[in-house]
Amino acid sequence: MSRVLRYIGQRLLLTIPMLLILLTVVFLLLRVMPGDPVSAMLGGRNISAEVLESYRVRLGFDKPVFAQYGEYLGGIVRGDFGESLRTGKPVLQELFTRFPATIELAIWGMLVAMIFGFTSGVLAATRADKLTDHGVRVFHITSFAMPLFWLGLMFQVFFCVKLGWFPVAGRIGGRLAFEFQSITGFYVLDAIIHWDGRALLDILSHLVLPAITLGIALTGLQGRMSRASMLEILDQDYITTARAKGVPERRVVLQHALRNALIPIITVFGLQFAVLMGGAVLTETVFSWPGIASYLVRSIEARDYPAIQGSIVFIAIFISLVNLIVDIFYSVIDPRVRY
Amino acid sequence: MRRSKQPRNSEAALDTTPRSPLAALFLWVVQVVSRSRRALQGQTILKIGIVIVLAFVVMTVIANIFPSMNGYDPALYRDAPRLEGPTLSHWMGTDQLQRDVFSRILSGGYASLIVAFSAVALSMTVGSVLGWISGFAGGWLDRILSLTMDAIYSFPSMILAIVLVAMFGSGIMPMVWAVGFVYIPTYFRVTRAEVLQVRETTYVEAIRAVGASNTRIILRHVAPNTINAIMAVSSFNLADAILTVAALSFLGFGLPPPAPDWGFDIQNGQKFLQSGAWWLITFPGLMIIFLSLGFGLIGEGISDLVNPRRKRKRKKI
Repeated sequence: MSRVLRYIGQRLLLTIPMLLILLTVVFLLLRVMPGDPVSAMLGGRNISAEVLESYRVRLGFDKPVFAQYGEYLGGIVRGDFGESLRTGKPVLQELFTRFPATIELAIWGMLVAMIFGFTSGVLAATRADKLTDHGVRVFHITSFAMPLFWLGLMFQVFFCVKLGWFPVAGRIGGRLAFEFQSITGFYVLDAIIHWDGRALLDILSHLVLPAITLGIALTGLQGRMSRASMLEILDQDYITTARAKGVPERRVVLQHALRNALIPIITVFGLQFAVLMGGAVLTETVFSWPGIASYLVRSIEARDYPAIQGSIVFIAIFISLVNLIVDIFYSVIDPRVRY
Repeated sequence: MRRSKQPRNSEAALDTTPRSPLAALFLWVVQVVSRSRRALQGQTILKIGIVIVLAFVVMTVIANIFPSMNGYDPALYRDAPRLEGPTLSHWMGTDQLQRDVFSRILSGGYASLIVAFSAVALSMTVGSVLGWISGFAGGWLDRILSLTMDAIYSFPSMILAIVLVAMFGSGIMPMVWAVGFVYIPTYFRVTRAEVLQVRETTYVEAIRAVGASNTRIILRHVAPNTINAIMAVSSFNLADAILTVAALSFLGFGLPPPAPDWGFDIQNGQKFLQSGAWWLITFPGLMIIFLSLGFGLIGEGISDLVNPRRKRKRKKI
């Protein structure tokens, strides 16, 4: 166990330079790239030199690059992400109020991907080179090629406009939005805590379409991985042994193969989470979901520079933490990992 | 098998090179065509993919040379009735500015194709060269490059592309830079991994013993061996790039209106979703899917070709 702990310690230490590099790349992209961020921010409008200069001073762009870099890192360490030009509120505070919405969507999206992707992948592997396998592979490649925003819109056309089953946008419906008291920010959890069936139903009906849309983005990736990983496992000697012993095929697949097939899928969970965050940008935009990804898009449209930078830094830190947790989890469940 | 053959083949081609460059080019084309025809035998997935992509390229080129070839101009307002569903004269309906959707569909792949191909070419070049250098040089340069690339790679590519385009300004070139930048780590990782593998092989050791320079080893022996992997990755990348470009256009960072563009047309159609104008978003979306699917199938086919074991794995048992 102490070796696992040492590994966790090492991995924690490794996260720091990784994060520092990521933050530096973000800084370089936003500040040192060709083009003046201030005039890009005020985008094309006819603005006098004085106003431009005042913005420059306000955002600290009048200082040398190294001083700016120091301030940038210092701000992040202190938890000071600047203030939004649009709302005047601290960026970090705005991000934190929107963060649970994104996470809630991501968790349900991941769940959808797990159900569709993993099941179909395992199914295809156990029927390799048969019709089911080919069908599932086509499904995977198609879902891989599906523009998320288009899928979301098609769902809206069909399920919201034509059938009227689900609401088009938001997290919670009209009147409930005013009555509902959020405790954790995770609405499904809140509704359960309040023991409010009506609210729960409303929240879930808002969640269904965005979650499926986002989940489809990962289904292809996860399905292909599951199929490949399962094929690999089913080829191994211990599976042949189990079959030779007369273990029913059902048990071979479910008990012997499945658990080991899961391991490589968990390794790429961090990467999948990045894909999920990227997909969240489009899903949140289409469904007017009040998360951090749609906040970023709206900040870009409004050219709200501190909010853009703050959002990216926030996402970068979050992704690093997810990767850290995945690695630790991986080392715990798979004893073969070298420390 | 294929891998070890490749250097010998190119060596043989070198011997028979005629003096005239034009004849050399001709010979090369004949060689490539005959070789690829042989390689394509039995590769149904690959063939379907190539046919789809070629069809899209031809369609887009023709539609951009003759914009109103089906009788309607893609960018001209008041060319057709307003917001009408598919009819015989307007196969895919018309939009709110009285334009024929079908004619916009035909030429709407212009930006997607140009940006996807240029961006992938850009990232392929930069990423592979950095990967070769990093893998071959090793040491602190390798560590710093790897860490940086890993950091960029871990970041959501869609978000990175959106932010970069927002910084560079909208249009074709900014999209090429943004999308191209995002994919650099992918090629870096693939080539670096291959180089590390190839570097340890005995034939590289042998050629080094003979006294070949590092540049020669990279260009003539390491690089050709990484090309298979790069080809498969780049096809999948093209499929992804088509989606990224569509998303950027959808968010309003693409071509300025009234230029026809699938992603932008979907954004436009979103406004009329409540009134049930399904044709405005359905058809552009289907085009994006088919084109992306075409590249995906090519990637799939190349992967099968490069690694024949991937196919029919269980037949052996």
